[in-house]
Amino acid sequence: MCLAIPGKVVELHESDGVRMAKVDFGGIRREACLEYLPETLVGEYVMVHVGFAIARVDEEEAARTYRYLAEIDQLGEILESEAEPQDEVP
Amino acid sequence: MKYLDEYRDQRIANKIIDEIKKTITRPWVIMEVCGGQTHTIVKYGLDRLLPPQVELVHGPGCPVCVTPLDMIDRAHAIARRPDVIFCSFGDMLRVPGSHGDLFQVKAEGGQVRVVYSPLECLNIAHANPDKKVVFFAIGFETTAPANAMSVWQAKRQGITNFSVLVSHVIVPPSITGILQSPNNRVQGFLGPGHVCAIMGWREYEPIAARYRVPIVVTGFEPVDLLEGTLMTIRQLEQGRAEVENQYARAITRDGNTEAQNMISRVFRIGDRNWRGIGIIPKSGYRLNHEFRDYDAERIFEVENINTLEPEICISGQILRGLKKPVDCPAFGSKCTPQTPLGATMVSAEGACAAYYSYGRHVGEQLVEVQTAAAVRAS
Ligand code: SF4
Repeated sequence: MCLAIPGKVVELHESDGVRMAKVDFGGIRREACLEYLPETLVGEYVMVHVGFAIARVDEEEAARTYRYLAEIDQLGEILESEAEPQDEVP
Repeated sequence: MKYLDEYRDQRIANKIIDEIKKTITRPWVIMEVCGGQTHTIVKYGLDRLLPPQVELVHGPGCPVCVTPLDMIDRAHAIARRPDVIFCSFGDMLRVPGSHGDLFQVKAEGGQVRVVYSPLECLNIAHANPDKKVVFFAIGFETTAPANAMSVWQAKRQGITNFSVLVSHVIVPPSITGILQSPNNRVQGFLGPGHVCAIMGWREYEPIAARYRVPIVVTGFEPVDLLEGTLMTIRQLEQGRAEVENQYARAITRDGNTEAQNMISRVFRIGDRNWRGIGIIPKSGYRLNHEFRDYDAERIFEVENINTLEPEICISGQILRGLKKPVDCPAFGSKCTPQTPLGATMVSAEGACAAYYSYGRHVGEQLVEVQTAAAVRAS
């Protein structure tokens, strides 16, 4: 029920005095109300829930998290090898 | 699709699971608050991939599930009226009341329409001036701004044949209720990501501090849920009890203030009855006095409704993290998604329905196979 899906804003317009946008979800386009993210620009990603954009997707943050997660095991290995360097030396 | 596929990456999921195995030294009970999170966990079998010391219990965050039966019956009574077009999110259609579901109301001649956005109801009201358009406004804080906007716009645009049947609940009082219970087992929470998209996480900070419980605001994809679990376990192992944000790509501490403002313009906080749990003080939204002309409960006098939940159902204990669906004697036999007996079976996001859909009611072996298949499919 509380599902929100990320989509790319492709067009801005107004309908009955309400800020709206066309949002692309992997090829499927739907209308979304932009009243709660009035400063959104075309090309930005937003999370959409029941036809309302509720949060902006922070691209930098998403990339940072992804990089961090992709390296999580290496991080662990580095920390481990730092903790016991003596054992490695013959 | 961008920002979805990355967070379903099996390689990364496995790395986080390894990291959890390295971090954990003793058993912990962690609750995911949201029904959407429960659904992902059971669909991908994440709870079975985690080391056995982690027990995930399923929280009260499925608004369809906790909508009380008398409210469903009230909705059906209104939807049956010949002068009404009844609009609802699709999730509510299959929820049985005392006399069938909304599909049945429709089959018997009621005008029932599924809407994607509550704003669609205003167009329907415009196009049908001789009808009364009623919207079943349910949900948590995530959905409240959308529903509030429909009422706000109706008033602004002078639409008079539109009203809302409000059954809104909010998360913090339900978490506090679980933590205050003398038999509480929950030691850490995966916080409700999209609720916090609206509300931020300030209001969770006093809860974390007062009850000494870590709360990690978490997203809805498999990698999000695993990372949220890892962050919670790290806090537990280190004796910390803070609010942390796993879902930083979409959530900020303050949330969406425009949306919060609209909620407080249209709604006020009031007591709410939660199906399976009972009345929780100050746990939901009601329409502000200013919008009483849009209150379907006021417009359509529905006589007192008496409902009775089956005694066998333990959904109240499941929603508090005390029991699992498989502990219920009716699970998968008398109670299935086609013939639900209680709250947690009525929606796909309810714990009982999720367990059933992904084969947890049959033998272990089949379940293992399905789990593996679900992960591969991810
Ligand atoms: S299986 Fe059905 S009866 Fe049992 S707890 Fe779940 S909803 Fe209630």
